[in-house]
Amino acid sequence: MADKTIDARGLSCPQPVLLVMENMKKLAKGTLEVLVDTDTSRENVSRAARMEGWEVTQEEKTEDGYRMILEKKN
Amino acid sequence: MKGNVLATRWGIVLVGASIGVIAPLLQKLGNPANMGICVACMERDIAGALGLHRAGVVQYLRPEILGFVLGAFLAAVLFKEFRPRGGSAPVARFFLGMCAMIGALVFLGCPWRALLRLAGGDGNAILGLAGLATGIWIGTLFFRGGYSLGRSSPQSKSVGLMIPLLMAGLLVLRLAYPPVEGQAASGILFYSLQGPGAARAPLLVSLAAGLIIGVLAQRSRFCTMGGIRDLILFRQLHLFSGMVALVVVAWVVNLILGQFHPGFEKQPVAHSQHLWNFCGMMVAGLAFALAGGCPGRQLFMAGEGDNDAGVFVLGMIIGAAIAHNFGLASSPQGVGPNGIAGLAVAMGICLFIGLTNLRRS
Repeated sequence: MADKTIDARGLSCPQPVLLVMENMKKLAKGTLEVLVDTDTSRENVSRAARMEGWEVTQEEKTEDGYRMILEKKN
Repeated sequence: MKGNVLATRWGIVLVGASIGVIAPLLQKLGNPANMGICVACMERDIAGALGLHRAGVVQYLRPEILGFVLGAFLAAVLFKEFRPRGGSAPVARFFLGMCAMIGALVFLGCPWRALLRLAGGDGNAILGLAGLATGIWIGTLFFRGGYSLGRSSPQSKSVGLMIPLLMAGLLVLRLAYPPVEGQAASGILFYSLQGPGAARAPLLVSLAAGLIIGVLAQRSRFCTMGGIRDLILFRQLHLFSGMVALVVVAWVVNLILGQFHPGFEKQPVAHSQHLWNFCGMMVAGLAFALAGGCPGRQLFMAGEGDNDAGVFVLGMIIGAAIAHNFGLASSPQGVGPNGIAGLAVAMGICLFIGLTNLRRS
């Protein structure tokens, strides 16, 4: 179960990354579920997560985009 | 999830470098000086070719622009990334497109051309790029304040096809009404007999260049505004490294081709009014930031089925018509008679859209 779900579907650049960065900083560690609708947003969110020391542990295609799980253990 | 090689650091560098090779070659083969590729100028020329404005020296239905959209469309279909979407504040995006074009035509170029002008030795580009970065920085302040034009939503396939179909239709017109030596019109299309509009690479070369760049840029998400924005907002160099590659490679290719002429005065299709070069690109940069992409990126997204980007593109084309019909566009002699007033109105519109769409406390 994720600590928080971020729905970034339909948002244009750079809002998905801004939302995810903000929540990663707020949580410091834990699990984030992120929903995006484009491949660009998926790649941008992955890149931002790695930059902040988070890991993308799951990526799956959904009906209208992708569901990603980001984790940071410590 | 399959990896996308062109979306890696080296991928984006490769794409920037490819544009850095192709643009000076297009210039060598006939396109205007330091304008091998310029999204704003080329959309302005298309507006002229269609008679939306009647500035005789900038009328040509540029195949590169059609290629950008159709190349991006092909790549998106091939890699299953064609996602028809839209409905996020279309009229605001249309106005942002118009404002972006008005700013770009005060400077005389889009961010791509600003980079190519720099790579050709035009020092005035430094002022334009400084203005561009300032405008994007203002945009990041809005983003930090919660700026959003709202969500887009999925649309039907036919809706996503609108802009690619428009470009295919324009290509049919270009094929049906080719330029005729010494004539300012062919069928329903207008052609320049002199000036930048008369400088053109062969049709097939221009179209192929556009298609190649369209495919590469769709896969890599190449975006010049995004390069500067991400550097300011996230200290991230990813997209910025593509811009650097473009300038460095274009500079080397220009040196090889004898197209590097350093200086500020008498640069091709440019003026040296520093303040207005700066302010023009500041307004354009803010408009690109608020709309989420540089003019090239908007074309590539339109090819992926993004109607909001398509509306921005249409706004730019109509903005070009307004800029030339109302004396807002600059010329090598300097800013147009109403250029400064137009710029002030465009800045006002951008700030109004920015300030009234801050959605968080």
